[in-house]
Amino acid sequence: MTEFLLNPGSSELQTRRVRGWRSRLPRILFSPVGLIGGFICLFWIAVSLAAPLLSPFGPTEQVAPFQTPGMIAPDGRVFWLGSDHLGRDIMSRIIWGGRRVLFFSTIATGSAYAVGVSLGLVAGYFRGWIDDLVSSFANVVLSFPVLVLYVVIISTFGASGLNIVVAVTFASAPGITRIVRGIVLDLRSRDYVASAQTRGESAAYIMFREILPNATSLLIVDACLRLGYTTITIGVLGFLGLGLPPPQPDWGGMINETRAMATFAPHMTLFPCIAISSFVLGLNLLADGLRESTLKD
Amino acid sequence: MDQQAMRCRMRGVGMTRFILRRLMLMVLTMLVVSILTYLLLEINGYSVVVKVLGPYSTDEQRVLWLEANGYNRPVWERYLTWLGGMVTGDFGQSLKYRAPVSDVLWPRLANTGILAATVFAVMIPLSIVAGVLAGMKEGGALDRVISLFSIVTTSVPEFASSVLLAFVFILLLGWFPATSTMSNGFDPLQLVMPAMVLILFGFGYVARMMRASMAEVMQSNYVRTAILKGMPFRRVILLHALRNALIAPFAVIVLQINWLLSGVIVVEFFFAYRGFGALLLESSLTQDIFMLQACAMISVIVAVGTQTIADVGYGMLNPRVRFT
Repeated sequence: MTEFLLNPGSSELQTRRVRGWRSRLPRILFSPVGLIGGFICLFWIAVSLAAPLLSPFGPTEQVAPFQTPGMIAPDGRVFWLGSDHLGRDIMSRIIWGGRRVLFFSTIATGSAYAVGVSLGLVAGYFRGWIDDLVSSFANVVLSFPVLVLYVVIISTFGASGLNIVVAVTFASAPGITRIVRGIVLDLRSRDYVASAQTRGESAAYIMFREILPNATSLLIVDACLRLGYTTITIGVLGFLGLGLPPPQPDWGGMINETRAMATFAPHMTLFPCIAISSFVLGLNLLADGLRESTLKD
Repeated sequence: MDQQAMRCRMRGVGMTRFILRRLMLMVLTMLVVSILTYLLLEINGYSVVVKVLGPYSTDEQRVLWLEANGYNRPVWERYLTWLGGMVTGDFGQSLKYRAPVSDVLWPRLANTGILAATVFAVMIPLSIVAGVLAGMKEGGALDRVISLFSIVTTSVPEFASSVLLAFVFILLLGWFPATSTMSNGFDPLQLVMPAMVLILFGFGYVARMMRASMAEVMQSNYVRTAILKGMPFRRVILLHALRNALIAPFAVIVLQINWLLSGVIVVEFFFAYRGFGALLLESSLTQDIFMLQACAMISVIVAVGTQTIADVGYGMLNPRVRFT
C-alpha cells in the first residue's frame, strides 16, 4: 500500500546526479518529527543489540507467574513490567522478542529489496517482453490481499522464520519492483545514462552504478515504511498463531499467548502492544522526516 | 456532423475500449490466481486425502477416495473440473462443518459486509474532511495535528489497537461487550469495537492521501487565480479545489476494500465476530481445504474486482490515464 505514498516521476525525483546518499543524511536533523522517529528506531536497535546485558531474566526462564509490574522475585530481581502466566518476565521477553522481530523483519525486508530492486531495474532498463512478464507477474501478486496471501502460504508450508522471510519476499518484492521500474523509466533517458552508454559501459554497470544511486533517496523512504509494514506483518502472524515458533518470544506471539487473561492481567498484553506500536511509529516518523527533507531540493 | 460531435463519439469509443481491456485483464488475473491457488493447495492429491480422511485413515481408504474423486486424472483436467465448480458456486463440502461450503460461507460473508459497510460509512467522510482541513493550509497548526494523528493511527497495527481499545472501552469503562459473537441476534453495540479498530487504522491512510492531493491542488494556478481575484476562501475550497482534489484519492478509497479483507481477519479473530475473515483464518488453521479454497477465491474476486472498479472509475474522472 506504500505505492501511493511515493510518486515516481514527479517532483520528488532529484534531477541532479548524486552518488550515494550520505551527503543528504544530516538534513534529517532539521525535521523534528523525523528526528524523534530516528531516536525511537535507534532505541529499539540498541535494545536489541544489548539484549543479553539489559534483560534481567532469561527470555524463557520461568520464575513466578502472574506478577504485576514492580513485584520482586524471590531472588531479589524486579519484574519491572510484571510476569506472564508461565512466570516469565515480560520486560525480558519484550527485549528478546524485539531482537527476534527486528532481526526477521530486517532480513525479510532486505531480501524483498534484493529481489524487487533487481527485477525493477531489469524490467525498466530493458523494457520489451521481460518488462511485460515482470510487470504482469507483479500485478497478479499485488492483486491478492496481503494477509490472505500470508495466511494461505504460512498455513500450507508451516510457520518458521525461513518461511516467513520467503512469504514476505514473495508478497512485497512486486511492490518494490513497481516503484523501482517507475524510477528507472524516468531516469534512463537522462544525460549521464546516455554518456555511460556511449562510453560502452555494461548494462549491469549502468543499472547498479548510474541509475540505482540516484534512486536511493526515494528508496530509503520506502524502505523505512516497508520495514514497519513487515514488522506489523510478523506481529500479525504471531498474533494469529502463525508466526515465529514459541517458546522464544516475539511481540505478536506474546499477545496471542496472554490475551485470554487480558481481563485480570492486562499488563501481559499491553506492554508488547506498546513495544510494536512504538517501533512502527518510529519508522513511519523517520520516513516522513526523510521524505520532507528530500522534497526540500 | 460537426467536430464537436465527432470528438464526443471518439471519446466514447476510447472509454469502451478502455473498460473492455480492464475487464479482460481482470478475468485473466483471476484465472492466473486460481491456477496458483489450485497448484498450491491441490497439486499433491495425497496431502488432500490425508486432510479429508484424517491422519488415521488406512492407505486402502485413501486410494479408494482418490479414485472415487477423480484425483488420478491429469492435473489440468482436475483443475478445469475444479474451476467449473468454483464458477457455478459449487465449492464442495466443508470438512469441519460437515456441510456444503456455500451454506457456511455466504452468511459469514454477509456479516463481514455489514461490518465493512459500517466502517466505510464512518471512515470515508471523516478522513476526507480531515484531509481537506489539513491540506487547505499546508504546514499550519491544524495540518500538523491531523498529520501527526494520522501517522500515529496507521502505525498501531490492528491487533495492538484492538488490545489497547479493548483495555480502555471494555475493561476500564465497560461500555461495550467483550466479544462480538452476535449469538443472541444482531446487536449494534457489539459492532462498535471491531468497527472502531478498522476505522482508526484506515483513517490515517486515507486522510494522508486526501491531504497530499488537496495540498497539490491548492498550489495550482487556478486556485491561486481564484484567491487573487478576491473570491471568498470558502468558495475557492468548495467550488475549485475540492472537486479536483477528490480525483486522486478516489482510487485509494476504493482500494480500501482490498485492505479491509486483511483487516477483518485480525479484528474478527480478536472480537470473535463470525465473519468471513475469521472463517478464512479458521479454515487455514484447521486445514479445511475446500473452505480455504473458496475463501481464497472470494477474496481474490473482491480484490481484483475493486481494483478494476478503481481503475475504470479513475479513468472516467481523469481522461489522461486512459491512453497510457
